[in-house]
Amino acid sequence: MAAVLETKALHKNFGGLTATNNVTFALPAGARHALIGPNGAGKTTFVNLLSGVLTPTSGTVYLDGTDVTRWPAHRRAGAGLARTFQINQLFADFTPLETIVLAISQAKGLATRFLRPVGTDAGVVSAAADLLQRLTLADVMHARVGSLPYGKQRLLEIAIAIASEPKVLLLDEPAAGVPESEREQILDVVAALPGEMALVLIEHDMDLVFRFAKSLTVLVNGGVLVEGSPGEIVNDPRVRQVYLGELHVEGFSQPHAGGALG
Amino acid sequence: MTSLAAGARVATADPGAHLVAKARWRWPEFLLWLFAIALIWLAPSRYLLFNEIAILALLALSIDLVLGFSGIVTLGQGAFYGLGAYTAGLMAKHGIGTFPWSDPLLGLLGAGLVAGFVGFLSSFLVLRGSDLTRLMVTLGVALIVQELGNKLDWITGGADGLQGVMPAPLLGLFDFDIFGRTAYLYSLSVLFVLFLLARALVNSPSGLSLRAIKGNVIRARAIGIPVERRLVVIYTIGAAYAGIAGALLAQTTQFVSLDVLSFEKSADALLIVVFGGVGTLYGALVGSIAFKAMYDVLASATPEYWSFWLGLALVLLVLFARGGIIGLLTALRDRLDRARSARA
Repeated sequence: MAAVLETKALHKNFGGLTATNNVTFALPAGARHALIGPNGAGKTTFVNLLSGVLTPTSGTVYLDGTDVTRWPAHRRAGAGLARTFQINQLFADFTPLETIVLAISQAKGLATRFLRPVGTDAGVVSAAADLLQRLTLADVMHARVGSLPYGKQRLLEIAIAIASEPKVLLLDEPAAGVPESEREQILDVVAALPGEMALVLIEHDMDLVFRFAKSLTVLVNGGVLVEGSPGEIVNDPRVRQVYLGELHVEGFSQPHAGGALG
Repeated sequence: MTSLAAGARVATADPGAHLVAKARWRWPEFLLWLFAIALIWLAPSRYLLFNEIAILALLALSIDLVLGFSGIVTLGQGAFYGLGAYTAGLMAKHGIGTFPWSDPLLGLLGAGLVAGFVGFLSSFLVLRGSDLTRLMVTLGVALIVQELGNKLDWITGGADGLQGVMPAPLLGLFDFDIFGRTAYLYSLSVLFVLFLLARALVNSPSGLSLRAIKGNVIRARAIGIPVERRLVVIYTIGAAYAGIAGALLAQTTQFVSLDVLSFEKSADALLIVVFGGVGTLYGALVGSIAFKAMYDVLASATPEYWSFWLGLALVLLVLFARGGIIGLLTALRDRLDRARSARA
C-alpha cells in the first residue's frame, strides 16, 4: 500500500542537541500506528516536524507522495494532515459549535466568506452538529469552550482535528491528564474513527497503545530503535532494555494488564 | 426557568439559528443610531462637535478591527489617518474639473486606497513578533510618516498645514456649510456604511477565523487558516478605514495640520477603543462619544486638569471594568436577564 505520510532521513538539531536523528518512516493509508518511547525520546519534536510546526534541519517529509518539507503548518493541514496537541489548543472564547463550524468552513474553503453571518450555511452547521453529537459534545455545543470540563475539552481537541476529514491524524497523547472516569470515552472516540483515516498515536499509556495499535515505532534519543507489530515490540530485547530502567517489564509481557508507563 | 429551557431546546433543534442569532440587531443598536440621527434636530448648534465624534469613531473602529478582532496591538493608526487626510486634502485642493471628478466621495476613495496600500506594505512588518514588537513597529512607521509630512512641506504645507482645501459640493448638490450640518450628515453616513460592512465582516466566517487567530494562533494554523494572509488583509482594511476617517476630517474641516499624524492622535484613538470596549465594534462608537463628551465638559470646567481626569478614568476603567463601557453594559444586561429568568 502506498504511504500517505512518509519521512526520509529526517534530522532536527536544536543547537548542539539532536532531537530527531535520521528518522525514516512510512505510514500506509488507514494505519493504526503508535509512536512510543521514553521521556525525551523526541516524540513531540517528530510530530511537530510532521505537522509543520517545526522545519527539519535536513531530510524530507512527504504527504501523499508530495514533498511538503517546506510547507507551513496551515498548508499541510489543508492537504489533509490534522493533529491534536498534548496540551489543549482551543479557542477559549468560542463555543464548541463555532469551533467546529470554523474548522469545517476552513476545510471546505468557505472561511473567507465575509458578508453573511456564521451559521447561514446549513450544510456546514449540520455537519458540525453531527460531529459534536458523535463526540458526545452536543449538550455543550453552545457553552463557552474555556468553561468546559477538561475531559470535554479533550474531546473537542479531537473533534477539531477530524472536522476536516483528514487523511492523516496525529494524536499527541489524547488522554493525557483526563480523569480515569472519562478516559474510556476518549478511547471509544479514537476507536470509532473512520477506518480509512491513517492514525498516529503518541502515547505513554501502554494499555491504550496495545489496545489501539496494529504497528509501533519505538523512538529513543531522537532515532528509531525498532519498528514492528505489538507482538514483536513486546518481545524485543532492545525495547525491554530501554524501558527496564524506568518501568515494570510486566507492562510489556502482559500488554492488556495496563498501567501507565513513563 | 421555563422560557430558558424552551430556548435551550430550540437551540439544540436548530444550531444554525442559534449562531445566526448572534449577528441579529439588538434594540440598543437601533437606539444609538437613531440618537445619532436625532441629534441633527436636537442640537443643531453642535454639529461640528458631532462631526468630530463621528470621525474619531471611524478611526477608533479601524483600530478595533485590527486590535479587537485580530489581536494586533497598534499605536500607529495615525499614520493611515494622516495619509488619508493629506490625500483627500490634496485631491480637494488640486481637484480640477467639475462633478463627478472632484466629488468628496472620490476623495474618500483615493484616501482609502492610498492608506490601504501603505497599510498593506507595512502589514508585513507587523506579522512577526510579539505584542511589544508590533507596538514598536506600528509606532515607528507612524513616526516615519509624521516626519515625512513635516519635511515634504512643498506638498503638505509642513508645519503650516495644508491650506486651501476646498472640497466640491457633495454629489454636486450639498455644499459644506459653516455650521457643519452637511459635514455631520456626511461623516455619519460614511461611518454608518463602513460600520455595517465591519459588522458583517466580524460576524461572518472570515471574522470568526480572525477571532480564531487572536484566540489561539497555533490551533488556527493547525486547522489550515493561513494566518499571515488573513492578518495582511485585516491590517490593510483597518488602514483604509483610518484613511477614510482622515479624509472626512480634511474635507469637513477644509484644513489638514500635521497633528493628524501625531502620536497623540494614535494614542487617543487606542485609548478610546479600550475605554469603549475592545472587540465589540460599538466600543469604538461609545468610547468616542464618552471621550469627546468628557473632554467637552471637563476641559471647559477645569481646562488645566483635563489630563488628570482622563488618566483617572482610564486607570479606574482598566482596573474595574476591563471590558470597557460596552463590557459594563453587557454585564448589567446579563445580570438583569438572570434576575428576570429567576423570577419567571
